[in-house]
Amino acid sequence: MPGIAVTTTINGDEVEFICPAEETLLDVLRDRLGLTGAKEGCGTGDCGACSVIVDDRLVCACLMLGAEAQGRRIETIEGMAHGEKLHPLQTKFLEHAALQCGICTPGFLMAAKDLLAKNPNPTEEEIRFGLAGNLCRCTGYDKIVRAVQDAARVMKGA
Amino acid sequence: MAFDASFTGQKFKSVGTRPIRPDGIDKVTGRARFGADFNMPGQLVGRILRSPHAHARIKKIDTSKAEKLKGVKAVVTAADLPDLTNGDAAMFDILDNCMARKRAFYDGHAVAAVAAIDARTAKQALKLIKVDYGVLPHVTDVDEAVKPKAPVLHKSVFTEGVDPKPKKPSNVARRSQYGHGDVDAGFTAADAIIERTFRTEQTHQGYIEPHACVASVNSDGTGELWVCTQGHFAYRQTCAQLLGMDVSKLRVTSSEIGGGFGGKTHVWAEPVALALSRKAGRPVKLVMTRNEVFRASGPASATSIDVKIGAKKDGTVTAAEATLRYSCGPYAGMWAELGAMTSFACYDLKNVKSVGYEVLVNRPKTAAYRAPSAPMAAFAVESVMDELAHKIGMDPVKFRIKNAAREGSKSSYGPVYGPIGIGPTLEAAQKHPHMKAPLGKNQGRGMACGFWFNFGGQTCTDLNIGIDGTVTLAVGTVDVGGSRASLTLVAAEELGIPYEQVKVVVADTATLGHNDMTDGSRGTFSSSMATIFAARNAIKVMRERAARMWDIPVEDVTWEDGHAKAKGQKRGNLAPLSIKEIAAAAPNTGGPIAGHNEIVADGAGVSFATHICDVEVDPETGATKVLRYTVVQDAGKAVHPTYVEGQYQGGAAQGIGWALNEEYIYGKDGRLQNAGFLDYRIPVCSDLPMIDTMILEIPNPNHPYGVRGVGETSIVPPLAAIANAVSSAVGVRMTHIPMSPPRILAALDAAKA
Amino acid sequence: MHYARPSSMKEASSLMAKARGKAFLLAGGTDLLVRMKGGDIEPDLVVDIKSIKGLSEIKKTARGFSIGAAVSCAAMGEHAGLKKAWPGVVEAANLIGSKQVQSRCTIAGNLCNASPAADSVPALVAAGAKAVIAGPKRKRTVAIEKVTTGPGMTSLAKGEIIEAILLDKRPARTGDAYLRFIPRTEMDIAVVSAGVNLTLDGKGVVKAARVALGAVAPTVLLVPKATRAIVGSKLDDAALERLAAACSAACRPIDDKRGTIEFRQKVAGVLARRAARIAYQRAGGK
Repeated sequence: MPGIAVTTTINGDEVEFICPAEETLLDVLRDRLGLTGAKEGCGTGDCGACSVIVDDRLVCACLMLGAEAQGRRIETIEGMAHGEKLHPLQTKFLEHAALQCGICTPGFLMAAKDLLAKNPNPTEEEIRFGLAGNLCRCTGYDKIVRAVQDAARVMKGA
Repeated sequence: MAFDASFTGQKFKSVGTRPIRPDGIDKVTGRARFGADFNMPGQLVGRILRSPHAHARIKKIDTSKAEKLKGVKAVVTAADLPDLTNGDAAMFDILDNCMARKRAFYDGHAVAAVAAIDARTAKQALKLIKVDYGVLPHVTDVDEAVKPKAPVLHKSVFTEGVDPKPKKPSNVARRSQYGHGDVDAGFTAADAIIERTFRTEQTHQGYIEPHACVASVNSDGTGELWVCTQGHFAYRQTCAQLLGMDVSKLRVTSSEIGGGFGGKTHVWAEPVALALSRKAGRPVKLVMTRNEVFRASGPASATSIDVKIGAKKDGTVTAAEATLRYSCGPYAGMWAELGAMTSFACYDLKNVKSVGYEVLVNRPKTAAYRAPSAPMAAFAVESVMDELAHKIGMDPVKFRIKNAAREGSKSSYGPVYGPIGIGPTLEAAQKHPHMKAPLGKNQGRGMACGFWFNFGGQTCTDLNIGIDGTVTLAVGTVDVGGSRASLTLVAAEELGIPYEQVKVVVADTATLGHNDMTDGSRGTFSSSMATIFAARNAIKVMRERAARMWDIPVEDVTWEDGHAKAKGQKRGNLAPLSIKEIAAAAPNTGGPIAGHNEIVADGAGVSFATHICDVEVDPETGATKVLRYTVVQDAGKAVHPTYVEGQYQGGAAQGIGWALNEEYIYGKDGRLQNAGFLDYRIPVCSDLPMIDTMILEIPNPNHPYGVRGVGETSIVPPLAAIANAVSSAVGVRMTHIPMSPPRILAALDAAKA
Repeated sequence: MHYARPSSMKEASSLMAKARGKAFLLAGGTDLLVRMKGGDIEPDLVVDIKSIKGLSEIKKTARGFSIGAAVSCAAMGEHAGLKKAWPGVVEAANLIGSKQVQSRCTIAGNLCNASPAADSVPALVAAGAKAVIAGPKRKRTVAIEKVTTGPGMTSLAKGEIIEAILLDKRPARTGDAYLRFIPRTEMDIAVVSAGVNLTLDGKGVVKAARVALGAVAPTVLLVPKATRAIVGSKLDDAALERLAAACSAACRPIDDKRGTIEFRQKVAGVLARRAARIAYQRAGGK
């Protein structure tokens, strides 16, 4: 069975690949394109570790077929920093120790980026509900929420 | 040279500060490589076929069609993993768990495996394997398994630790007992007694990263294994033995690890991956799905615990007794024994007795989960303590303080305590502002104490001074939560140099001596001790080099603020030598400079905590919301306080999930019904409030900095803290964990009736 | 597996009608891909409807709203007019899954997946919503409650595809609300849920009501007795008690890994009462 040829944009670069129809976007990113920042924690959309942004919407890459990437604009964790310059969220996650093992961190950063893009001044409750699709087992979320609050403050001021 | 491990009470420059962790950038940019992020050229996809039956004889496995499928390079069964365990029963259990030999003992037990060129082919190949099962009766419940008519898992198991030895086999593998004094006399002397039975359902560590490895075995008996693990040396030892390889020929590299909490201290699919690679002659990448993680890795025990405590009117506990039944899965462990040891560890008791029973059930093999076995026992004991306090009309915190263990107390599990933190954590909790926060309708406050041993163990470190004077520290304890940051501080402290000049790496098994796993809260405790001694060894060498450079006796050289200094008035003209200068001269003064240390880190301090929790219960639905949570815990010395806070918060969050929602649900058919994160419900961000932490520092006298293990104790108190809060909020005493809304609503309805 | 992305309904419907083997529609994929991952289904053909003209739009007409089958729940939550007219339907749609799931899931998909616990369906049933169904030969419009026939089963014939969900124009003094019970605060499948849609008269008396319960029967239950319990009242305590009792009595739930029969029966009544109060306030009642 021939694969499906897809042309898409990832972190601003045009990318082409061929994949079987049943492969998910997550499989494609990790196994065909070497972009292993998005993680498979569950494969069923329950943990958010595979979160990426597609056409300005936060999605689970495990719930999208690779074929659906055709013509879309995809952002992954690998594109969050600009050269040496970290995104304020990345900086604040480090400053606040909002990560311990770090497996959920790429997903959280994507989700937090999307959250602040749509709501630059969130309350604690809005942050918590906005990030409810991302599971963390190490931190208890406290320092993650504080990092997002601090990043929001910095990004508003900038 | 042996160094003295005693606490020195020194003042710190680096230790206790909060710099940004050195390995953090890779993790926030997606560059860090976890178990499934690594690939080898020519690798195959490995997948495992698992039993759909809770208990069944494996009559025949026909792999011929799978082997013939185009693209399949190897198919293995137990026949490809011959028994090389040489009578070592524990090793045999590991082997049998990795790949069922004669019987499948649980839904999810591995029975065969394939390696193929891609995922689609591997999936097809699994479907072509024909397994002829003879289904047997099963038992999955810890209380059902001890009943006389229960199906027996192993006809060879006769309960150990009972006298006389039982005549019939059973599912009770072993009995253990701890305690001292005379509990019967103690209960007679009591003015009030509370006696209750509790149940806790099975939980999983819930790490977000599924088990993953890439295995590559060559025909000459050498091999490599990339794997997410808490103990790459332990994995090497086990895998080498099971595969009949020399330990030194198997090189294991630990990837970054996406959570372990004890669940990655045992091998699961790694020996199978190695066996597949050996047979296929190519590397094999084997990643478990989330469904497989729940069904076939190592959850914590389900338990059934009876507790009886008696006290005088003045609050003195006169007797305490516990009987604990813990599920082990199909193979015996020491889970109930750990429960029996920890049950009453917080208290100074004259009469105490705890008895543990290891129970076999048709569920996956029980593994360690953060302070293994302690949370369940603490749930039972701290609930009864709470109820007893109310019965005699005493404040629950004061009641704990009155009976708290202290330096010199004989613990309920045997040793006499040195200086410990239970009293101080209780007193600090008492004074904490949380205690004064106002409570509204249907809201209640609960508190509970917890204990964990903390381990030391075998530890090696290498500290190498680079040509430019910067320092590389190679350690063998896997970094599960930020310990590299702490070790950087320790090395910087000892050498007297800025934190930024030290780089810590976790070495692989070929480049460092044996290190025990990162478990038992030993990571920072042991590695920091080994780091301190390695640094002191390096300093000794650098003083010798300085002495040579100055041509003075080494006794006249001291080490201060990162420099060698010449002592004595005659030496005033000798400017201090920095590490950079000493390193630059090293080729002429004796070669590369390093400090090594190999120790068995002894004297890990015990760690105590007191938690306070406020909840609100919706009396119409039983839904429980956690409003406020405070952790007060003794760290001995917080090397990097931010990461200590992180451990406190993370453990508390796991305990909250355990208390309210997490449980394994089995059907009557013995199959696991909720093998995913949808219905195995761990806390999400909106479920929790900010978690307040208070770090106490009662120095461990057996560590130069006073460090105690911190990683585990914080999961121990939450179950009871929340149960006590629920009791205070809506007046029902919950004895079944998790306290899910249907259970709380049922309890409220029963109370009304 | 084959993947097709037709640009017209005709083409899509034809593909589905002619398919040999297992054919599935793909909108958001938040149920389909989960079932594929779990090994439940191995499609031979997946037909992606997201490129079909008009299916990703929310149209406001004189008759009300037409929500295209490919409209994501997130997009519904961003539509001010829809939220204002049908807050209960929108809040139900916005409860499905996480933000990530919201970006993709659709109410049409939620309906056709036919889980007894689907979040959007009780609110849609209470709202009297209809489904426009396009087949190879004709189109038909049916009440939402006629679409699902059992867990995982719909009344759609081979080749039929939902094109849009229709909601009527909102007269004054109407309000709807949806509540569900889940053990955590997010991410769970509803254990029990209630959608209530009310119309009041000028004096704040309930003139008309539709009460639908989810996760307590093989399909969503529309409860006529609940309607009778509150029509003619101002939602006083006695009326609310009758409402709760009628809902509890109408339940036909099961014991499963998410809840017990007892729990679902009791909480169905509690949620219906609470949802009715919210709907009443939204309708302008005090």
